[in-house]
This record gives sequence, structure tokens and C-alpha cells, in this order.
Amino acid sequence: MVGGRRKKQHFSRIHAFTCGKAYFRGDHSLIGGPGFSRVVYCNDPECFEASLLNYGGNYVRSTKYTLATFFPKSLFEQFRRVANFYFLICAILSFTPLSPYSSISNVLPLVVVIGATMGKEAVEDWKRKKQDIEMNNRKVKVHQGDGRFEHTKWMDLKVGDIVKVEKDEFFPADLILLSSSYEEAICYVETMNLDGETNLKLKQALEATSSLHEDSSFQNFKAVIRCEDPNANLYSFVGSLEFRKEQYPLSPQQLLLRDSKLRNTDYIFGAVIFTGHDTKVIQNSTEPPSKRSKIERRMDKIVYVLFALLVLLSVIGSIFFGIATREDLENGKMTRWYLRPDETTIYYDPERATVAAILQFLTALMLYSYLIPISLYVSIEVVKVLQSIFINQDLHMYYEEADKPARARTSNLNEELGQVDTILSDKTGTLTCNSMEFIKCSVAGTSYGRGITEVEKALAWRKVSPLAQDVTEEEGQVEEFKKEKPSVKGFNFLDERIMNGNWIKEPRADVIQKFLLLLAVCHTAIPEVDEEAGRTSYEAESPDEAAFVVAARELGFEFYERTQTRISFYEFDPLSGKKVERSYNLLNILEFSSSRKRMSVIVRNEEGKLLLLCKGADSVMFERLAKSGQEFAELTKEHIAEYADAGLRTLVIAYREIDEQEYVEFNEQFTEAKNLVSADREEMIEEAAGKIERDLILLGATAVEDKLQNGVPDCIDKLAQAGIKIWVLTGDKMETAINIGFACSLLRQGMKQIVINPETPEIKALEKSDDKSAAAAAFKASVLQQIAEGKRLLSSSNKDSEAVALIVDGKSLTYALEDDVKDNFLELAIGCASVICCRSSPKQKALVTRLVKSKTGSTTLAIGDGANDVGMLQEADIGVGISGVEGMQAVMSSDIAIAQFRFLERLLLVHGHWCYRRISSMICYFFYKNIAFGFTIFFYEIYASFSGQAVYNDWFLSLYNVFFTSLPVIALGVFDQDVSSRLCLKFPPLYQEGIQNVLFSWLRILAWLFNGVLSATIIFFFCIRAMQHQAFRKGGEVVGLEILGATMYTCVVWVVNCQMALSISYFTYIQHLFIWGGIVFWYIFLIAYGAIDPDISTSAYQVFIEACAPSGLYWLLTLLVLIASLLPYFAYSAIQMRFFPLYHQMIQWIRSDGQTDDPEYCHIVRQRSLSHTTVGYTARFEAKSKSSKERARDH
Amino acid sequence: MDTDRERHRARETAFYLFTQQSLPACKPVLTPGWVIAIFLFMGVIFIPVGLITLRASHCVVEIVDRYDIDCVPEPSRMDKVSYIQDDSIPKNCSHFMKVHKYMKAPIYIYYQLDNYYQNHRRYVKSRSDKQLLDGQKYHDTSSCQPVESNNNRPIVPCGLIAWSLFNDTFEFIREGAELKVNRKNIAWKSDRGHKFGKNVYPFNFQNGTLIGGGKLNPEIPLSDQEDLIVWMRTSALPSFRKLYGRIEEDLDVDDVVVVNLMNNYNTYSFGGKKKLVLSTSSWLGGKNDFLGHACVFVGCSSLTLAIIFMLLHVKYRRPYGDMSYLPWNRKSFSG
Repeated sequence: MVGGRRKKQHFSRIHAFTCGKAYFRGDHSLIGGPGFSRVVYCNDPECFEASLLNYGGNYVRSTKYTLATFFPKSLFEQFRRVANFYFLICAILSFTPLSPYSSISNVLPLVVVIGATMGKEAVEDWKRKKQDIEMNNRKVKVHQGDGRFEHTKWMDLKVGDIVKVEKDEFFPADLILLSSSYEEAICYVETMNLDGETNLKLKQALEATSSLHEDSSFQNFKAVIRCEDPNANLYSFVGSLEFRKEQYPLSPQQLLLRDSKLRNTDYIFGAVIFTGHDTKVIQNSTEPPSKRSKIERRMDKIVYVLFALLVLLSVIGSIFFGIATREDLENGKMTRWYLRPDETTIYYDPERATVAAILQFLTALMLYSYLIPISLYVSIEVVKVLQSIFINQDLHMYYEEADKPARARTSNLNEELGQVDTILSDKTGTLTCNSMEFIKCSVAGTSYGRGITEVEKALAWRKVSPLAQDVTEEEGQVEEFKKEKPSVKGFNFLDERIMNGNWIKEPRADVIQKFLLLLAVCHTAIPEVDEEAGRTSYEAESPDEAAFVVAARELGFEFYERTQTRISFYEFDPLSGKKVERSYNLLNILEFSSSRKRMSVIVRNEEGKLLLLCKGADSVMFERLAKSGQEFAELTKEHIAEYADAGLRTLVIAYREIDEQEYVEFNEQFTEAKNLVSADREEMIEEAAGKIERDLILLGATAVEDKLQNGVPDCIDKLAQAGIKIWVLTGDKMETAINIGFACSLLRQGMKQIVINPETPEIKALEKSDDKSAAAAAFKASVLQQIAEGKRLLSSSNKDSEAVALIVDGKSLTYALEDDVKDNFLELAIGCASVICCRSSPKQKALVTRLVKSKTGSTTLAIGDGANDVGMLQEADIGVGISGVEGMQAVMSSDIAIAQFRFLERLLLVHGHWCYRRISSMICYFFYKNIAFGFTIFFYEIYASFSGQAVYNDWFLSLYNVFFTSLPVIALGVFDQDVSSRLCLKFPPLYQEGIQNVLFSWLRILAWLFNGVLSATIIFFFCIRAMQHQAFRKGGEVVGLEILGATMYTCVVWVVNCQMALSISYFTYIQHLFIWGGIVFWYIFLIAYGAIDPDISTSAYQVFIEACAPSGLYWLLTLLVLIASLLPYFAYSAIQMRFFPLYHQMIQWIRSDGQTDDPEYCHIVRQRSLSHTTVGYTARFEAKSKSSKERARDH
Repeated sequence: MDTDRERHRARETAFYLFTQQSLPACKPVLTPGWVIAIFLFMGVIFIPVGLITLRASHCVVEIVDRYDIDCVPEPSRMDKVSYIQDDSIPKNCSHFMKVHKYMKAPIYIYYQLDNYYQNHRRYVKSRSDKQLLDGQKYHDTSSCQPVESNNNRPIVPCGLIAWSLFNDTFEFIREGAELKVNRKNIAWKSDRGHKFGKNVYPFNFQNGTLIGGGKLNPEIPLSDQEDLIVWMRTSALPSFRKLYGRIEEDLDVDDVVVVNLMNNYNTYSFGGKKKLVLSTSSWLGGKNDFLGHACVFVGCSSLTLAIIFMLLHVKYRRPYGDMSYLPWNRKSFSG
């Protein structure tokens, strides 16, 4: 075990860090005071003092409700909705004589609706409960006394327990690290669940406790920890440990947080200090902001409109009722004597007609409540859940390699997906895989490597399409490369001139050797040798570096061991054809920093020569070359430009030999600088390093592909065609961001770039001086000026319809986001075809998102994968998390999680469009059907002297929304498709319907409401005119209230269901079943209800069998009313479809004409509808072919 | 075995298609061809149907005779209400009805009331179905207010509807001979069988200080009081007819029917009209041209729309792919 432990290399060996020594700092004096009162009796949680403190247990509850609070709390939630509250009032009032209908028929639908919603809540909460149970019943080894450790459930942990956590286990609570399997008492912790970072963090125990390696050593362990009270700050901790009568200070270095994971360490011992809800991670968890879609917000407004309408109708009704009631007694004589106005209750009292009218108003409110669809909210919720299931089930968004389907975590926002105007995307891990691939290099002025980037692939694919005119180059090569997939992670280099030791035959083999050597030596990676497989893998701080080391290995220079002072590797010796062991003495590492933009190592080789090996950005490297070292400078520069355009990250590789004297001088200065403890330490180090990194000899350049995820350029192109703006917000350097911009075709050659980055020397000088405010002011002025310039450029290029790109760096962004500048900035940004913000902090990402969201009012979608994107995801209208490698934090705070960026295309263009269409037509239809129904009731009141008598039977009324018309709407909301998914993707401009909100504009909503009123008018007046007072059958029987009611209701059910059938254009057997089933069900209900004892069925008793069915008039009238009500809509939609089709209707045309497979035709349709696509490779290709045509013309 | 597996596979593919939202579907598109065909079809269906309906309506012979004013003697016409409320004045009255067209038996006799809100909520609710079925055994008659009880004894049948029972009576004499009026089977069978009790007899009815409408013979069970049953089916609209009986003899053209009626019912206080209607019936029931007119109208508008649409379609031929008037393009053009 000890041997195994030694074998590993640790970061600690390279990075200097003080071992276990800690000093009491200022804030330790606070211990014991307010806010720092916690006392933990380690290993003695049961002792008297501890029991006095009574800290909570480790049970964690994440559920919203408990068994006891479920009913009151969820009921409260339900009735907070205005509509539901209104229905509750109606239900209560229905028990009074005010009610126009029986109370039970009114209460039942409400109970059904509320019950369904509460059931959903309960199921969701039960899922959380199950998670809690799983979490709380996990086991961990806990000290039981006598040095015995036994498995105990997490929830039974108490403050003060000593636990032993083993490799790859989660910490059950916040612990103080006491010791670990390592001598130095260090351990590695993965905090992915906390902050999303995958790199391991090093923790180290106090020296005093580090010797407690064995279980038995805890037999008599006693210590007291005093520390701060529970708080949410993950990165600070203040406490002290009293052990063997001595005080030791505790810092975050000893704190292990719940939900992080022990890695690379066999076991640790720790003392529990915070349990359950006291732990930092749970203190930190905030309620995610609840988001509502725009459509739903507008729907609320419609509900208010309907409420207003309802009140208006009720007022009208009650006024007329009041007048009629007052006239019932004229000078003490009864007019309508059959109503007995002389002996009446308050509700009909002619002498108190005003009061009666007011009470009648309440009755009317209840009677016309059918204007407001009671089942709307619950139906929408059901529909959205089902839509989410479809999203989750979509195999086209299932990432097989990681076994990850798409996951809609909140179903509220489905339709918002169809209205996205701006996408704000993270870069690393979202657009890119966060893995670097060594793909090309330029050595001694020759470019090597035939690897092909994702961009080139996309471009090449585009060229193959029949519309491309100038397909000339490299088509064959593409095919070839498809076959030879890179087998090594981080290595996609293909060139037989260099591989397999062939480099020796190249003309400048000596340079190539040095180049490869440099790649193998100049880095800070750590090898991990897997002895069984005989392979070495590397752990590096940045993926670029790993790519270099891997490349060196693949090309014959296999780095395998690193100690503090030595780097060892195998070198392929081409002469002997054998692997030769080499090891260089490592003297200094001059680390990378963003200002230096380079890193170097100084080594002594086996011959004793001193070498400085350096790699860095071209902007800093070329000026450091020696005059004699510029042999290949021109060619290399050319190659670098080429690589950069292909979206690759380039570094310049150079070296120099140092003589002993110079090195000694340098080392002295460097060491001195390093040991400095003052503010300008960094500067001194830089200066020292700068002195020696000069007169370099150029070897060549590397090109690493920051590998884009599969299909990203293609996806971005489609989204751009759909008219969605794409902004990239990244924490990366500007160069990298621009590279990726090129790689994704967000940028292209010939696009004007507005760069806001006022790093002028004056400002730098100002910054160096102490006058910070002056520097800030100067900086801001310069940002403002650049924005103004950008705007000028923008307006001039708008005339030539040229695309402009905006690139902002984080620091400028700070100023650009200030209140007085941000409007200007946004105006500029909106005008640009693509916007890239680099070096932006998580907070800035969120701020930019908020700016776009609030100022433009358009729907924003943020997509990201890391903890640094959380703010942005929560701020945006929709947050999409990539469930990639970088932990779960982003996913946990996202609304929808997908596994790959490219799935966004389908998520938006297909599901988004569908959901938007479905929900908007569903809501419109919902209001239509309720208006149509409610107005027939109102019209009838005109003929019933506004007394509140409903024309329909009580149960007809209450079941209207629940049974006869709700299923078809749900079918519409779940299954309707205007255009198939294939065509959605083929015609991205279709998405504009959502962005422009064509399907849910006020005009359209009002048109539907009007259609409802129209239908109601036709139904009502046709019915009463046709069934006026004459006999309605051969037998001479006349129409009574119940017969008119049943007939009218039949008409309403037919009209409303057929209207639905008419307005959708997609019938599967499900639609057929629901629509026609709804109508058939009405008849079945009518028969069944009519057959029940008249006590219950009252006026509906045998109304269908005895009265309606044998009457020819009834059937003829139904048919006539149906056709007459639908005719206006049908005529309207036929004319619109033929003469003013919407985009989806055009696609329907094309489909029905069978022209979708005619690429030429489709292209024309697409082209005509593309207003101005400015980014994406389609645009890029277009620009390219345009310029080449122009060139051809010029010749 | 094989079929089993096949069935299983079929189920699996069906499920797959379902979850991937690619179920086989019928996707009708409103192509001009379809639109024109549908419009034409509607026209072709509705015009003949309308004509047939109109014909049926025209076949019905209907004689309407308003008698509420004529039956009040000249001097009392200034104050019709006190006339009708004065029990001492005899209310009998004779009227002549001329048959203008041959009427084939059965001829239905209706009385028609206008401006009478039988569908008023207070009125509709003021009855007790249980009492009608079970009689005095059923005590809870609170719904019958205000005609619930009298002298602390329940009223059967209770409620405003029963209390305001229509009580004008008619006798028909043709050429000196009385026409036989069949007053049986004028109510719905389900009402007689299931809503009005066979052993329930009127009790304490119209004994109050204020007498509403007609009285009932306490010897006859409710299920046989067909006038009451007809009256108790409240009408849908404020102008309504109710069946009074049937004349089972044909009436010839120019026959004059003398109606001897008792003008008992008070419609004067609220300005209602009373009419007597004799009508034959067709397969569609009574005389009403509305349905026929509506059908013809719908048919004609369909035909017109078909023609207009066709003309427009021919005149403005245009490729479907023209996007210039898409909302977002329109906007960018204008702006």
C-alpha cells in the first residue's frame, strides 16, 4: 500500500505550497463571538456539553410539502391563481340560493381540476422524496468507539462524529479533514457538484492530526473544534481545533464539503462539523427562479380580458333584470303575477329592485363563468408535461455515447422554445468539446498535417450539394479523411512525412527533432503510467498542453516521468530504431500567464548544455526572435494565418541555448523575485523571465484544434437561417474566441470586425500608476469612443448590407454594461451579425443576458455547461444545460438539458416550433370554445328576462369543459404538427413564425374570440328561430326549455369539435378518436343521463330518446347550424391559404404538391424567405461564391 | 408463434412511431380543388334540402286567432285587469275562425301566450318533482316557495308553475255540430309515466287568498291531469304555444269554426297576448319557413363562394413560393 502510494506524482510536488503550516490570522480572533459560536466535540457527540448544543441531524429534506402541510399548502398554491380563486368563489356561492345551477354540478369540475393539479404536485414531490430517501440512507463508516468503524446511514450522523470516507465516495456532511491515507495528510477532492469544476482540489489536514492513520488511533482521540456558524460561503471557513491542550487554526484547506467527492485518495478521516441543513452546499442552494413563458403571460391577459367581458355582461344583465323586476309591481298591482312579486325573497323583490339587481349580478357572474375555461390551466399543464415527454423521448436528441437523452426539467417553457430570438452561448464545453487535438504544425517553414477541422468538413459538405458552383478543391481528400478517424484522444494529426519516424528523412530533420523534443519537455503536465497497458496518460492544467504531450508521444518522444528536478522521456532513435531513455534536468519553469502569453522551461540536457525551450502566442514570440533565428519566420507567419482562419489555435515554438554565466545571473534574479513578498512580485518575476526569453531561434508553430462538438457549424448555420441571433459569451481569451468564431462560421474573412478592447499604452500606464479612478475614466472614455466608432461603421456598412461582427473583451464589457453606456452598447450589438464577448465573468454573462432580455424584450436562450454559466442560464428566458463533462451544476439550474450543442437545432426548430404552435393554437381554441358556449348562455338570458335561468341542464353546463370538449384540445396541444419534423429542419425560416409571434398575436386572438361570438350567434339564433313556437315533430309536440337546451348543446358540441377538426391539418387516429369520440360521447352521455331516474336527470330525462331523436327537425337543424357556423371560418381559411398563405402553409403546399424532394425548388423557397442571413456557413459560402464570381468577371 | 412475434414487433413500431411523433397521419391541405369541391358540394346539398324543407312548411295549414282583446267586452276594455279579476262577470266569449285551406286531421289545437316568461328562474325553480311523483309523502317542498302551503297544510301540486295553470277552455262548433276534441295524449309519455304520480291527487290546491290560474279536479290523479303536465313543461322562450288537444276530423276550405271559449286567464296585467292556433303538421312539425330559408341561404352562399373563389384562383395565378408578403418580409419592405 505504501509503495503504491509513492508511485503517484502529485501536483504538490511541482507547485510550491506550504505543508500543513498555518497561522492564526485576524479573523480567528472572532471565534467564540457572535456568528462564530459553534463548538464541536470531536469523537464524543453524545457527551453532555454536546447534547446541550443540540445541533440538528444530518437528515436532508428537499421536498416542498410534508404529509401534514401538503393539503393546506398546495391548496393555497392553487387558489393563488386568479381564475381558480374565482371558481372557488363560484363554488361557494353555488350553495346559496343565488346559484343558477345546482351546487354539486358546479363543485365537481373544480374538484376534478384542482385534484388533477394537486395530484401532479404530489407525484413530483414524491419523486423528490424518493431521492431524499436514497440520499439519507447512504452509508458511511462512522467511529463507534474502541477504534471500530461501522457503516451508518447518512441521516444518523451527528455533529462530532468521526467518519472514514473511502475513495470515490461522497462526503456525507461538512467535515474537517483529520488525516488521510497519504503521509502528508493530503487528499484530492472533486467539487463537481458544487461549482462544476472537474479538476481536483487538494486539501490538507493539520500536521497535528496527520499521524492518525489507522482506525485504532481514534480510540482515544479527543478534540474540540470551535468555528463559525453555518453559512453559505463555500470558500471561506474560520475555526480552531483544540487538540492535546493546544490550539490550531483551521482554514478552508481542512474543510471537506458535503456533495463533493474523494478522489485519488484511498481514505480519509474527518470530523463532522456541519450536518444536514447546516452544510454549506445546502445553505447555498437557492430556489431556482420560476420562469413563465411569454405566451402564458399573454394568456393571463386574455383571462383578464375575459373577466372584464364577464363583468360587463353581468352588469348589462343585472341592469335589465333590475328594470324588469321593478316593473313587476306597478302602483301596488302585480304585473307578472305568475311570479308572485308580492310575496318574494330579496332576490326578486320589486320594492328593492336595486338590491335584487346587485344580487343578480353575482348570479350572472356564476352563470357566465363558462366564458372562462376552468380547465385551461390544468389542460395546459397536462399538455406541457406530455410535450416534455416527447422531448425527452426524441431519439434524435439522444446522445448514444453517453447514454443521455434530452431532458426537459421544467415543462413551463416548451412553447418559449419556439420563440427564441437570441441565443447566448458559452464556448468551452458547449460549442467545443473542451478537448484539444493536435492537428497541424509548421516546422522549418514546411506545413505538416492533413487533419481536417469541423469547419472544413462543414464547408466541404456544403460544396458537395448541387447548388454549389465552384466545387473544385479537396473533395477527394474529404472522403479519405472520413475513413481515417483519429484513434488517439487529442491527436488528429496525419502526415506520413513525419509519422512513424519518417521525419528523419525530411530535409530539416534536425529542426523537427528539436521541435518534437520541445513538445515533450516544455510543459507542466504530469504523466500517469498505466503499467498493465503500458501506456502513459497525462494530466495537464490545460487541454492544449495535454495535446502537445500526446502529440510528442505519438511522434516518438514519450514523456513518462517527472520529478521536481527531472523530466524523463523515451526518444525514438531513428538510427538504431529503438527507444532510448533520456532525462533532462529541470531547472526552472517560467509559467504561463495571460500577460506573458508564453511559457518556458530551462533544462540541462544529458550533454550538460543549458536550453531554454519556449512556446507562446505569435504576437509576443516573433519580437523575441534572434536575428539569426528568423530563418523560417515568413513562411511560418503565413502558415499561422492559414491555421487561424481554419479556426485553429496556434503557438509559436522557439528555443535558445544559454551559457552558464547568463543562467547563473538569471537564476539569482529569478529566485530573488520569487521569494519576494510584496505587491510587485509578479512583475519582478516577469521581468526576470523576460530577460532570458530573448534571442530565440524559431523552430515552427503548432496548430491545435479546439475541437468543435459534432455538427456545431451545421447547427449554427441552421439556426442562423432561422433568423436566430447567436452571441458567444466566453471566459476565454480574445484570440481563442475569435478562432472559435471562425470555426463556427460566426465570423468569416471579409467580415468587418468591430473590436472593443481599449488596451492602449496610455491606459496601461495609467493603470500602473496609483490613480485607479483616472485609469477607469480613461478606459470608459475609450470604450465609449469605440462604441461610437463602431456605430458609424455599422451604419455605413448597413448601406452595403455587409455583415459586421462585434468583439468585446471582459474589461470593456464592465464599462459597456454600466447604466449610461449599455443602451448604446446594445444598439451596436443588435446591429451586428455576430457578437462575441470574451474574458467575461459569470456575472457579466448574466448581465449581458439580462440586458438583451430586458431591453429588446425578445426571448433569450442561454446555453452552457459549466458552473460559470449558471447565472446566465437562470437569467435567460430559457436556460439550456449541456449535460457534458463539466459537472451537473449547469444542468441542475437549467430548464432543459441536452447532451450536445447540435441537438439545439432540433430542440428549437422542431420541438420549439411545434410546442409554440400547439400551445398558441390550443389557447386560442380554448377561448374560442368557451366564448362560443358562454355567449349562447348569455343570448338566452335576453329571452329569459335576465333572470339567470340557464338554457342548459346543470350537468351539461358543468361537463362541457371537462368532458365533451377537453380531450380534442389536449390532442391538439400534444400531437398537432403543421409541418413534419423533416420539413421543419429543411425550412428553417419557418421558425420566424415563433419569433414574430405570428400565431399568437392580439389580432389572431381577437379573431378567434370574434369567431367564438359569431359561432354562438349563429347557433343561438338559428336554434331559436327554427324551434320558435311551432310543433317540432309530426306528433304536434312543441319545444320546451329542455328540448331547446339539448338541441343547442348538441349544436355547440358539433360546431366546437368540427371547428377543431377544421383548424388542424394533422390527423392521426388519436385526433380522430378524440374529436369524433367527443361528439359520440355527448350522445352516449345524453342517452345514459336521460335514462337515469328523473330525480337526478331532472329536465334531461329521456329528452333525447323520446323527444329529439325521432324529430327530423332536430337532425336537420344540427347539420345546418354546423355548416352555417363553420362556413365563415372555412371561407376565411381557404382564401388565406390560397392567397395569403403563412410560411407553414406554403410548406404544406409544397408538400402536397410533392415538391419537397426537388432541391432546386426548395432552395428557391428557402432563399426567398431568408431575409438576410448573415452568419453561418451558408452565408459564408454565399459570400465566397459572390466574391469569386466578381473576380471571374474582373478577369 | 410467428404471428405473436409479428404482433409484438408491430406493437413496438407503433410505440416507436408514437414517441417519435411520426405516426401515420392524414394531412389534408386546403387546395383550391378541394375548396371549390367542398363549396359546390355544400351548395348542391343545401339548396335542395332547403327547398324540401320549405315545401314541408308550406304544406302545413295554420290558423292563428288572437282573442285576448276581442273577448273583453267593449266597456271593460279600458281596464281589462279588473274585468278579468272580477269573478262575478261571466267570461264566456265566441269567436269565428275561417278555414282558408283544407286541413287534414289530426288538427292540433294550441293556445299561444306571448310575453309570458315561463322561463324565469324564479318560476322554473318553483316546483317539486318529488312531490309530483310521491304526493304528500314527500314533505320537503321548500323549493315550491312561495306557493308551498296554505293554512299549514301542504299544497299538491305546489309551486308557482302549477299555481298559475292556464285555464281558458275552448269548444269548437262547425255547422252547428260540436267538433270532437281529443284531449288525451297531449303530454309527453315520460312525464305521465315517470314524473307525475299515479296515486297523487290534488290537495289543498288553489285554496289560498290569491288564486292564480286553473283549478284541478281532486278526484283525478296527477298523471292523468294532462293539462297540468303540459303546462308544467316550461317553455323555452317568452312566446310559446302549448298543446290543448286534437281535432280528429278534417276541416274543409271555407269552413267556419265557432269557438266558444272561457276567457279566464289573466294576461292583461303584464300585457301578454293570447292566441288560439289550429295547425296541421308535416314530417318537420309545424309551420316555420326559417329552416328552409336558412338552408337555401347557406347553399346559395356556398355556391357563390365557390364561383368567386374559382374566379380569383384563375385570375391570380401565382407560384406558391412567393414569400414577399410573409409578415416579416412585409415589415422589412415597408420599413
